Amino acid sequence: MSSAAATLARAVPGPRPARRRLPLNRSGALGLIVVVLVVGAAALAPVITPYGPADSDLVKTLQSPSRAHWMGTDQLGRDLFTRILYGARVSLAIGLVTVGVSGVIGLFVGLISGYLGGLTDAVLMRLVDVQLSFPFILLALVVNAILGIGLQNIILTLIITGWVVYARLVRGEVLALKTLDYVEAARALGAQQMRIVLRHLLPNLWTPVIILSSLQVAQFIVAEAAISFLGFGVQPPMASWGNMLNEGKTYIYNAWWMTTFPGVALVLTALGVNLVGDWLRDTLDPRLGP
Amino acid sequence: MLQFIARRLLEALVVVFLALTVVFALQFLAGDPVKLFLPTDTTQKEIEEFRERLGFNDPWIVQYARFLRGAFRGDFGNSLRQQEPALALVLLRLPATLSLSGVAMLLALTIAIPVGVISAARRNSWFDHLGIGATVLGQAIPGFWLGLMLIYVFSVWLRVLPTGGRGTWLHFIMPSITLAAFVAARFARLTRSMMLDVLGQDYIRTARAKGLAPLRVLYKHALKNASLPIVTLLALQLGQLLGGAVITETIFAWPGVGRFLVQALLNRDFPVVLVGVFLTAVLYSALNLVADMAYAWLNPRIRYE
Repeated sequence: MSSAAATLARAVPGPRPARRRLPLNRSGALGLIVVVLVVGAAALAPVITPYGPADSDLVKTLQSPSRAHWMGTDQLGRDLFTRILYGARVSLAIGLVTVGVSGVIGLFVGLISGYLGGLTDAVLMRLVDVQLSFPFILLALVVNAILGIGLQNIILTLIITGWVVYARLVRGEVLALKTLDYVEAARALGAQQMRIVLRHLLPNLWTPVIILSSLQVAQFIVAEAAISFLGFGVQPPMASWGNMLNEGKTYIYNAWWMTTFPGVALVLTALGVNLVGDWLRDTLDPRLGP
Repeated sequence: MLQFIARRLLEALVVVFLALTVVFALQFLAGDPVKLFLPTDTTQKEIEEFRERLGFNDPWIVQYARFLRGAFRGDFGNSLRQQEPALALVLLRLPATLSLSGVAMLLALTIAIPVGVISAARRNSWFDHLGIGATVLGQAIPGFWLGLMLIYVFSVWLRVLPTGGRGTWLHFIMPSITLAAFVAARFARLTRSMMLDVLGQDYIRTARAKGLAPLRVLYKHALKNASLPIVTLLALQLGQLLGGAVITETIFAWPGVGRFLVQALLNRDFPVVLVGVFLTAVLYSALNLVADMAYAWLNPRIRYE
């Protein structure tokens, strides 16, 4: 290194030590609290409640909220609060697994599509276009009805229908990143394709993917509830907020708690996750804006 | 502009063609498509007869060609429940869905745009905070739960509105509110942020300095310039309403395409499902196309990209 370059190198401040700061705002904090509460309630369900999710007591059917049953009982005398706690497990598991798997698939497809371009890109993106030409909830419902009911199939359904949003996002990002000087420089220095993708593109994709994921979790949780509500998806006796609401619909004239509490749980969870997502977006990537 | 329209039209046609392919492929998702077309208690012999009669023993490429040929003629086969053409049965229910979506969209716009404009004009006021709170809630509350709560309050508790069905204008109230809530929240948010953008511009300051009436500045100068993304969102959200209709119609027993489709799925009436899914894809693509065109028409810059 010549002395001039050395001086310059000293004058220009190097990259700061990688200490990411995530300043919390009020709504972000609120969202985090809600999410922590829901996760805690799901994890500690057996400790919090003395009942099991399938324990029915046919003497105590359709009881209104009381000290023994905080949120009342359903048509089989099962404790509603208990079923909501166990329902949180189903919702969270579905939200996280589907977002994880569909995110990885979408990331992979988007990377290939954006990086390789040409025919691969054209074919993959047409596939994405087609899938996006159906309203999400409708496609998910039909795919689920065909695949069949049950926990695995609803997860599979949401993965099949959910990866496209990631693919499109990642492709767009890759197209933009690809033209940046530092990628050109890496290529000019003879870096292998694999190295460029893994070392230079991938690290820059985490932020948009994490932001999208935080919003997708809520969307998937609500989609599962909607599909289970319509009688597909997760089936009773397994507790899902969606199928609990479906059961509650039948008893809307004599048991308001059956349609109220599972819905409140669903809305609070979706709200909490969305607030965290908004906060992540505003903090990690201000240019995306509200 | 013509070239732009032609290109987008061609793209939309390709998507519709591919959507047909997806619909065709859906049959094979569960393994044996014949099972989708027959009730669960069908005997093996009946299954074999059905398979032969409808040509499920042919190579898939032959089946695909036959399916496409039928689709182009508007022939998707007969409903298995009601021995009538599936397409006709679905089309019969389209007006109910479109009228509900139309009313919901009007409702959403009449509420959301003033709320967005006022929130932006009175930024950080109590109205703004209330508006933001309502939009966040509106986006987090799933339509099917909102529908149930409305039924509980207005039909079970107050007994002022019918729980479902179609007939009088009273029947429109709850389904359209359910359908409109989410859309209204999105419009209000978008209107607010676009207005905030525009209100900071120099020409607004100029208009105000000239002494124009504040309302005139707000609606004539600001809203007009903020309306571009709102128009685009309008077409996109109309497409979303078609998806939302599936759930809303089921809750309120609204005799539209969405409810018919859910019943067909429950009854394993697969020809009807094929038509419903395909028709939605066509409408949805058409609306996306309209959104693109409106955008290009309003904003000359993007036509040349």
